[in-house]
Amino acid sequence: MTQLALVIDLNVCVGCHACVTSCKEWNTSGVAGFLTDENPYDKDPTGTFFNRVQTYEVGEFPCTETVHFPKSCLHCEDPPCVPVCPTGASYKRKEDGIVLVDYDKCIGCKYCAWACPYGAREIDEKQQVMKKCTLCVDRIYDQSIPEDRRKPACVVACPTSARLFGDIHDADSEVSRAIRDRGGYALMPEWGTEPANHYLPRRKGTVPVAEDQVNRIDTPLGVDNRVPGTLAALIAEAQAAADPLSAPAGGGR
Amino acid sequence: MHPAFSVIFLTTLIGVAQGLFLAVFSIDLLATLGLSERPMPSFVLAGCVMSVLFAALGLFASFWHLGRPERAWRAATMWRTSWLSREVIALPAFLLSVAAYGFAHASGSVWSIPLGWLAVVACIALFVCTGMIYACLRFLQEWASPLTLVNYFLLGCASGCTFATLLASLLEPAYTEDLATWAIGLTTVALVVRAAMLARNARLRPKSTVQSAIGVKHPKVVQKSQGAVGGSFNTREFSPGRSRSFLRSVKWVFLVLAFPVPAVLLWIGATGDAALVLALAFVVQYVGLLAERWFFFAQANHPQNLYYQTIS
Repeated sequence: MTQLALVIDLNVCVGCHACVTSCKEWNTSGVAGFLTDENPYDKDPTGTFFNRVQTYEVGEFPCTETVHFPKSCLHCEDPPCVPVCPTGASYKRKEDGIVLVDYDKCIGCKYCAWACPYGAREIDEKQQVMKKCTLCVDRIYDQSIPEDRRKPACVVACPTSARLFGDIHDADSEVSRAIRDRGGYALMPEWGTEPANHYLPRRKGTVPVAEDQVNRIDTPLGVDNRVPGTLAALIAEAQAAADPLSAPAGGGR
Repeated sequence: MHPAFSVIFLTTLIGVAQGLFLAVFSIDLLATLGLSERPMPSFVLAGCVMSVLFAALGLFASFWHLGRPERAWRAATMWRTSWLSREVIALPAFLLSVAAYGFAHASGSVWSIPLGWLAVVACIALFVCTGMIYACLRFLQEWASPLTLVNYFLLGCASGCTFATLLASLLEPAYTEDLATWAIGLTTVALVVRAAMLARNARLRPKSTVQSAIGVKHPKVVQKSQGAVGGSFNTREFSPGRSRSFLRSVKWVFLVLAFPVPAVLLWIGATGDAALVLALAFVVQYVGLLAERWFFFAQANHPQNLYYQTIS
């Protein structure tokens, strides 16, 4: 059985909100109708979004790290929001595991939002129905779109490729490999909702920077006979190599 | 959670309706079994009429909670999985069966007692559904307890019995003292259960933390931005919108108004047979219950709030 999902790499996300805006753009233009915005250019703007990027600071100054954290519906394998729906408007598709809302059946009782521990559902204040991420179900199967772009709008928009999309039940898919190889984890595992979306953790790493990447040897300043420090050091080193007797103390043998 | 007055009125009004029906039917049943005097038919009928009226008012209030009330009929479809859907079926079933019982009793039909039992089944089912709507949400830890069900049951019975006492003092004074005793007893037991709930909730440890919410294990994680500057549905629906001190005040208001004050007024009203005092007892208790239900919602801390701690 297929379970489509997003895998989001927190190590790569730069918090640019491109996924947020492209999500909003695609989903406010679709056949399901607009996503309401209230006071968009005024005081207290508010509106319905499927995806939001939040920012957290981890650690204590000065040893802090900024974690940008995109959050949308996690398309849980055991979604607590679905069985509570009194009308059957909320459902999980058998064929691909996407959790959807039938906007024509929703009565706007908000009970599903209460039943979601992640706050992934937002009511549309104008249409008064519950809305949430659809994994761009109206895009990923659209034959009129080039095949390599049949992905959720947020995935296509991400400039750092922090968002991967695929079937997590297929062990050989890109997303399954990413979860396996890079320590993919689920949010709030304590509730047993088994979110399909996974997150890849931040990694500790060092970036090797060579001296000549910072201080260029071919600096134009050298031409002006104003020799920068590094170049001077290099010259000194070369001279020392050429004449071992004049080498500074400590380097002798 | 944001306390919605539509739901506060729904749960308190149907609670009164259910308690009132149970009190009236108990008296009818005791009389039928020959254990007490037969009550005036007008008392039973008035009890049923008022019960139906309270339940209908509650049903009316519930529509205000819906974004799309014109589609409300759809809510009866998912009774296999949803407690809300089951309540949508149980409430009209209770309403109709109480009306049928009242009609049968007034017309002297032999079916009145069986119909009454049917209404009892619908009444208990409604109590269970209403309580389970909240108790089944496992990550709302303040609600996910059998105490929620017991609390709804006892407060409904207590307030309904208080109203039945008032009704008896007007139409069937022979039962005023008995009903007042029941009402005081139920109010006392309800206070014990509500206090147990408060004690339990005060000691709750949230299962979810900001660490489990975003999956970063560092002990110090602080939210700096929630992705929107002007708030969202998530900041409106899941926050009580009031300060902690306001919540504490509401707690003391309901602890005083819903329990000791009506109990004392019931005692004064029943011994002096003063309908006005009994009416006051009911009104005070009902106002107390509104505060109790408001607090019930406001106290519940939804784990999604972990994602919405800072605006900018």
